[in-house]
Amino acid sequence: MPVVANPPTLAARSTIDRMAPASGVGDKIFKWLTLAMALAVVVLVFLVGWQLARGSSLAIQKFGFHFLTTSTWDPVAEQFGALPFIYGTAVSSLIALIIAVPLSIATALFLTELAPLWIRQPIISLIEMLAAIPSVILGLWGIFVMIPWLRDHPFPVLKRLFGWTPLFDGPIYGTSMLAGGIIIAIMILPIITSVSREILRSVPNLQREAAYALGATRWEVTRIAVLSYARKGLFGAVILGLGRALGETMAVTMVIGNTPQIRASLFAPGYTLASVIANEFTEATTDVYLQALFEIGLVLFGITILANLLAQLLLRTMGSTMPPRAVQ
Amino acid sequence: MKNNQYPSWRKTKSALAAMIAFVCALLVIAPLALVFFHLLREGAGAVSWSFFTELPKPVGVAGGGMANAIFGSFQLLGLAALAGVPAGVLGGVYLAEYGTVRSNWLLRFVADVLNGVPSIIWGVVVYGLVVLRFKSFSAYAGGLALGFIMIPLIMRTTEEVLLLVPTGYREASLALGISRWKTIVYVVMKTALKGIVTGILLALARVAGETAPLLFTAFGNRFWNHDLAEPIAALPLQIFSYAISPYDDWHRQAWAGALVLVVMIFLVNILVRVLTRERLARVL
Amino acid sequence: MTKLDQFSSKILGLVIAFGPAFAGATASAQMTMNGAGATFPYPIYSKWFDEYAKVDPSVRFNYQSIGSGGGQKQITAQTVDFGASDGPMSDENLAKAPGKILHIPTVAGADVVAYNLPGNPVFKLDADVIAGIFLGQIKKWNDPKIAGLNPGITFPDQEIVVVHRSDGSGTTYIWTDYLSKISAEWKQKVGTNTSVNWPTGLGGKGNEGVAGQVKQTPGALGYVELIYAIQNKMPYADVKNSAGKFVKPSLESITAAMATAQIPDDFRFSVTNAPGATSYPICGATWLLVYEQQKDPAKGKKLVEFLKWALTKGEDMAKDLDYAPLPNELRERVLKRVDEIKM
Repeated sequence: MPVVANPPTLAARSTIDRMAPASGVGDKIFKWLTLAMALAVVVLVFLVGWQLARGSSLAIQKFGFHFLTTSTWDPVAEQFGALPFIYGTAVSSLIALIIAVPLSIATALFLTELAPLWIRQPIISLIEMLAAIPSVILGLWGIFVMIPWLRDHPFPVLKRLFGWTPLFDGPIYGTSMLAGGIIIAIMILPIITSVSREILRSVPNLQREAAYALGATRWEVTRIAVLSYARKGLFGAVILGLGRALGETMAVTMVIGNTPQIRASLFAPGYTLASVIANEFTEATTDVYLQALFEIGLVLFGITILANLLAQLLLRTMGSTMPPRAVQ
Repeated sequence: MKNNQYPSWRKTKSALAAMIAFVCALLVIAPLALVFFHLLREGAGAVSWSFFTELPKPVGVAGGGMANAIFGSFQLLGLAALAGVPAGVLGGVYLAEYGTVRSNWLLRFVADVLNGVPSIIWGVVVYGLVVLRFKSFSAYAGGLALGFIMIPLIMRTTEEVLLLVPTGYREASLALGISRWKTIVYVVMKTALKGIVTGILLALARVAGETAPLLFTAFGNRFWNHDLAEPIAALPLQIFSYAISPYDDWHRQAWAGALVLVVMIFLVNILVRVLTRERLARVL
Repeated sequence: MTKLDQFSSKILGLVIAFGPAFAGATASAQMTMNGAGATFPYPIYSKWFDEYAKVDPSVRFNYQSIGSGGGQKQITAQTVDFGASDGPMSDENLAKAPGKILHIPTVAGADVVAYNLPGNPVFKLDADVIAGIFLGQIKKWNDPKIAGLNPGITFPDQEIVVVHRSDGSGTTYIWTDYLSKISAEWKQKVGTNTSVNWPTGLGGKGNEGVAGQVKQTPGALGYVELIYAIQNKMPYADVKNSAGKFVKPSLESITAAMATAQIPDDFRFSVTNAPGATSYPICGATWLLVYEQQKDPAKGKKLVEFLKWALTKGEDMAKDLDYAPLPNELRERVLKRVDEIKM
C-alpha cells in the first residue's frame, strides 16, 4: 500500500460533503459526468459480452454445447469444435504456471524477506523492465533464438531421458506446446512476482516480530509467519497470472505450431483459443466460420473473466486493493 | 526434535533458502538479459537512417524501412489517448472524490477484472462495432481498441494519485467558498497533475506494444496513411508480419523495429520514473 | 499551471499527434486503393503496385497479403476495394456478395514442394508419394517409396515435418485440387478447399509463413509458390506429371500447362494435372476479384486503369519473377471483360 498523507477517509468525505453541498449547476454536471465515465468500465464489460454473444449467435444455435466438447475444426465441412483450443490453452497455461509460480514466489520472498536492502530496488526495476517487453518482441526472440536452442539442446535430452513416456513422445519440431508454455511463463513471471510482493508486504510486521521473538531463523519466520498468513493472497496472485496466461496471444502464436490437435506429447504443436482467433479471423470465409471464431472469443472471455474474478476476490481478502500498475 | 537439537542446521537451512531464492530471482531476470542481448546484436546493425525514413520495399527487394509503421504507431497512440484519457481520468476522479465505499469497491473490482481481458478480445469487439459497420479497417478502429484497453488502467492510476492529495487542500479550498467541482479541478487535479500524466504515459507505453487488437482493426498499410478512416501501419504489426516471413532481410528489419519499439517504451518508463521520484514514498 | 495552460498543453499534444495526419490528407490529393488476399501472387503484385505508383502518382495501391480466404471474405464484406484469390470463389460464396463479382485472371504460378535437407539435394516425387506424405502415411525421409524414385540419393533416417497453411489459402486450393485429382483417398478424406482438415503437419501463415517454417525446421517439407522457394534459396522437387514425365517447376512448364487450359466464360478454371509432356502438374492461375458495378466512380476508374496496365505492361514483368503471363487469347478476353466494369 502506498504511504499516503491524510487520504480522504469516510469521515473526512462527509465533512467535505457537508461543507460543500453540491447545489450549483456546475457541481451537478461535473458529478454526473464523472459518474458516467466511471460507469464506463461496467458498460465496457457488458459491451464486450454483448458483442461476442451477438457475433456468435448462429454458431451457438448450430453447435450448442457440443462446441465445447467436439475436437473437429473443419472449415470445409463447416464443423467447428473448440476442444483442441481449450486443451491447448489449458495445457500451455498449466506448463507456464508450473514453471513460473515457484520462481515468482521465491523471487518475491527474496525481495521482501530474504535479500539485503541494497539489492532489492535494482532487481525490482529489472523485473518491471521485463514486464514492459511487448509480447510480439518476445515472440520474435522465441522464433529465432529460443526455439532453435530448445530444439538442439534441452529437447533431445528430455527425449532421451523421458521419451518412453507419452509426454515426451514423438518427433521434435521445435515449435511445440512446451515452447508455448515456456514463453507464456516468461510473460507472466513479472506480474506474479510483483503482486506476490505486494501481498507479502501487506503481512503485518507483528507476525514476523512474534516469530523472531520465539527464536525463529529468517527462513522460519518467512515460512511460519509470512507464507501461511499470505496463503490466500499468494493464491490470488497465481490465479491472476493464470488469467494473464490464458489470454496471451502473440508470443504463443509465434512458437506453438498452430495445429488444432489434441496430443499428449509436449513436443507436438498445439493451438490456443487466442491464437486461432489471431490467425484465422480475417480469413474466415463463411459466416459460420466467423461466428465460430466469435464463439471462441466468447469462451476465452468467459474463462479469463472467471479467473480474474476469482483472483481479485482472493487478493481483496488480504485487505489490500492493489491498483494494477502498468505491469500487466 | 531434530530441529531443536541442531540449531546450526536451522541456520544453514535459512541461508540455503536465501540462496535458492536468489537463484530464482536471477532466473526471472535472465530472459530480460537474453532478449536484450539479441535485440542489440541483431537489431543494432539494421537500424539506420533509411530505416526511419523509408517505406517498405516490395517483396524480395532488399532495403526499405519502417517509417510509416513508426509514425503510424504514434498516430494510433494519439487516437487511443483521445478515446481513453477523458473516460479514464474522469472515472478516476469519481472514484476518488465522489464515490461511496460500496460503489467504489464494485467499480474498482470491475476495473481490475476488465484489465485482465485479453487484448485480442478488444480487437474482436471493435471489429464488430466499427470495422463491419463502416466496412473498412481504419486508424480510428485501431485507436479505439487501444483506448478501451487504457481506460481501466488510467482510471486506477488517477484514483490512486488523487487519493495522495491531502484532505486539507480540499477543506481549505472549500472554506474559501470555491465550489466543489472547481476545487476538484483547480486544486486537487492540479496538485496531482504530474501523477495523472505519468499514469497516462504508462498506459500509452503499455498499449504501444500491443499487436493483437490491431490485427483486424488497423490492419496495416505498406504506405503512409492519408486518411484516418483507412488502414494504417503500426510498428508491432510490421514486426509480426516480418518475423513470420521467410526473408532474411525482413527478419533483420523485424529485429531493428523491435529494438526501436523497446527503446521507445523504456524511455517512457524511465521518464515516468524520473518524474515520480519525489512522489514515490514507497517503503520497501 | 492554470486550467487554460493545462488544456492548451493537451491540445498541443493532440495537434502534434494528429497534425501530420491531417496535413498529409490535405497536402496530397492522393487516393489509396485497398486490396487484400492471396499470398501466392504477392511478389508480383507488390512489384506491380510499386511500378504503377511511378506511372500514376495520384493513386497508391495498398495490398495486405492475408491469404485467398481473407481476400474472398473482405471483398464480399466490401471492406476492401479489390480482393485477390487463387482459389476461385464458389457459387454459394458468390451468391453472398451484394453485387456481381468478376474473376480477373492475372498470372499463373506453381505450387512447388520445398524442403529442408542437408546438402539441398534436388529429387523427384510423384503423385502417390506426395499424397502419402500429406496423408501422414509416409512418415520418414528414408521411406522406400521416396528412395525408389531417387536411386542415387541417400535420405536421412528422419521424420518428415509436413508444413501446410494455417490460413484460408488459394495455394492450398491448388494443392488440394491436385491431390484430389490424383488420389481418391485424399478426395474422400480431405477434399478440395482453401482451408482443409489436414491429416498431419504444422501450420504456417501465408506462403511466407510456410516458407519460413520450412527454412527454420530441419527435415521439413511444405508447398509454396515457386518464387518463394527461389527467393529464399530453398530446393524444390521435380514432380511426375500426367504424361509420366518428371518435370521441374519453371516458367516454361507453367506456361505449357496453361496453354492446355479450357477457359470458361467466367474465367474460373483449374489447370492442375494438366496434359502434355512438358507441363508441370501443380499449377494454378490467380485472380483479382472486383465488383462489376463499382461503388465509387473515381476509384472504379483508377482500378480499371490499373487492370489494363497490369494486363499489358505488367504481364511482361511477370516472367522476371517466374510467373507465367496469360496466353494471348485469354488476355484479349480478359481485357474485354475489364471494359465491362461499370462505374
